[in-house]
Amino acid sequence: MRLTKYAAAAAAFGVVLTGCSSEAGQQAAEQEADSSASVNTEASFEAGTTMAELNEAGTITIGTKYDQPGFGLLNPDGVPEGFDVEIAKIVAGELGIAAEDITWTETVSANREPFIQNGQVDLVVATYTINDTRKQSVDFAGPYYVAGQDIMVAAGNPEGIEGPDDLAGKTVCSVEGSTPAQNIRDNYPQANLITYDVYSKCADDLTNGNVQAVTTDNVILTGLVAGNPEGFELVGNPFTEEPYGIGLALGDQEFRDFVNDVLEESFEDGRWAEAWDRTAGAITGESAPEPPTIDRY
Amino acid sequence: MQFISDNSDLLWSAFLTTLSLAVLSGLVALVLGTVLAAMRVSPMLPLRGLATFFVETFRNTPLTVVFFFLVFGIVQLDLQFPSRFTAAVAALGLYTSAFVCEAVRSGINAVPPGQAEAARALGLGFGQTLTTVVLPQAFRTVVPPLGNVWIALAKNTSIAAGFATTELTAALQRLTNVNGNQILLVFAVIIAAYLVITLPSAWAIRVIERKVAIVR
Repeated sequence: MRLTKYAAAAAAFGVVLTGCSSEAGQQAAEQEADSSASVNTEASFEAGTTMAELNEAGTITIGTKYDQPGFGLLNPDGVPEGFDVEIAKIVAGELGIAAEDITWTETVSANREPFIQNGQVDLVVATYTINDTRKQSVDFAGPYYVAGQDIMVAAGNPEGIEGPDDLAGKTVCSVEGSTPAQNIRDNYPQANLITYDVYSKCADDLTNGNVQAVTTDNVILTGLVAGNPEGFELVGNPFTEEPYGIGLALGDQEFRDFVNDVLEESFEDGRWAEAWDRTAGAITGESAPEPPTIDRY
Repeated sequence: MQFISDNSDLLWSAFLTTLSLAVLSGLVALVLGTVLAAMRVSPMLPLRGLATFFVETFRNTPLTVVFFFLVFGIVQLDLQFPSRFTAAVAALGLYTSAFVCEAVRSGINAVPPGQAEAARALGLGFGQTLTTVVLPQAFRTVVPPLGNVWIALAKNTSIAAGFATTELTAALQRLTNVNGNQILLVFAVIIAAYLVITLPSAWAIRVIERKVAIVR
C-alpha cells in the first residue's frame, strides 16, 4: 500500500518534471527564433583554413565582455547578451556553428590580446577599439560599430555645454583609470575633472548638481540617459572615434577576409540593424545608425 | 622607472592626501571616541544609551555604506559636505570613533575600581574622577589596541578612492591604465607609499607603549 502511494507520487512528480522540461524547450525555441543569427548548414570551406577547422569542429570559442549593458552582459542564466554577442552569433552562424555551440569566454580590457595570441579564443567581440598599438599584436576585422566619447548633462542643458571645449571651468565626472578620463586630463586641462569608480556615482552627482557633466563613450552614456530620461540628456557631439573591431590571430588573412565579408553581408541584408534594434537599440530607444565602412587595412 | 618621475606630482599629492585623510580623521576619531567612551561609562542612562546606539551603528555598518550615505544619502535631506575630502574625513572619523570608543572603554574597565572609589572618597565628581584619575591610566593600557585602530584607519582611507578623492589607491587605478606594461612596478610604488605611513607608525606605537607602560 505504502509502495503504491510512493509510486503514485513519483509518477505525479514525473509528470510535473516533463511538463517543466517541455516548457523550457519551448522557451529555448522561442529564443532561437528571436535570434538574428541563422545557421548556414551548407557552409563549406577550402581545406586547411581556420574556417574549415572551426566548421569541422562544430564549435568556436569567442571572447566578449560580461559587464557592458547593450553590448555584452551576462544574463542571470549565465549566457551573455548584447550587440557584440549578436555579431558573434552571426559570424558563427556563417561558419555553420549554432549559437548554443559557441563557447563564451569573458575577456576584460587587459586580457584580450593575450587570449588571442595564446589561442584561448578564436575571436574577440568585446567593445574592442581598433588602434595601431593593438594592430601590432592582433588582426582586426570590422569595424562593425563606431563609438565616440561624448558628454551627458542635466536635462535642458542648463550650462549650455555643446562640446568638450565648453567644459573649461566646469566640473566633469568620469571613472578613474578610464581612457575618457585620461583624454580630458591630457587635452582639456581647463575642465575640473573628478573621478569615481563607477559611472552610476557620476550620474548621482549630476542629479545632485555637484558636477555639470559626465563624460565617457556614448554607448555607456545612452544607457544612463535611458535609465533617467527626465533627468539627463546626451550632448550628442562625439569628439573621439572608437571603431569597434573583431579581434583575431595576427596574420590569418583568410579568416579576417571571411569575417569582413560576413559583416558586410549583415550590413546589407539587415541582420546587423536587426541585431542592433534588439540589443543596444532596445536600451537607447534609437533605431540603428548607418553601418560603418569595413576597413580592410 | 620612468613613470615615477613623469608622475611625481600625482604620486606626491596622492600620498599627502592619504596622509592628511588618515591624520585628520584619526584626530576626529580620537576625540569623538573618547567622549563616547566617557558617555558609555557615565551614570546617566540617556547618555549611555545614545553612545551605545552610535557605537553599534557605526561599528556594524560597512565603511563603504557610511561613505555612500555621507556622499549621496544626505543629499536627500538637503545636506551636503563642502567637499568630497571633508565627506571622506567625516566618514572615516565617525566609523573609526566607534572602534576608538570600545578600545578606550576596555582601558577604563582595566583600571582597578579602587582608583575610582578612592577618587570619589576624596570628593571628586564623576567628571574629575574620569579626567584626572581614570582616563590617564586607561590610555596607557590601550596604546596597542589604539595602534591597531590607527593602522586599520590608514588603510581604510583607500575607500575614498571610490568617492572622488584622489589618494594613493585612485592614483594606482590611474597609473595602471596608462602604464599597462609596468603594472607590477606601479603596485610596488603604491604599496611602498602606504608602508611609509604604516611602518613608522608601528614603530612609534611600540616606543610609546614602552614609555607609558604602568608598572604594577
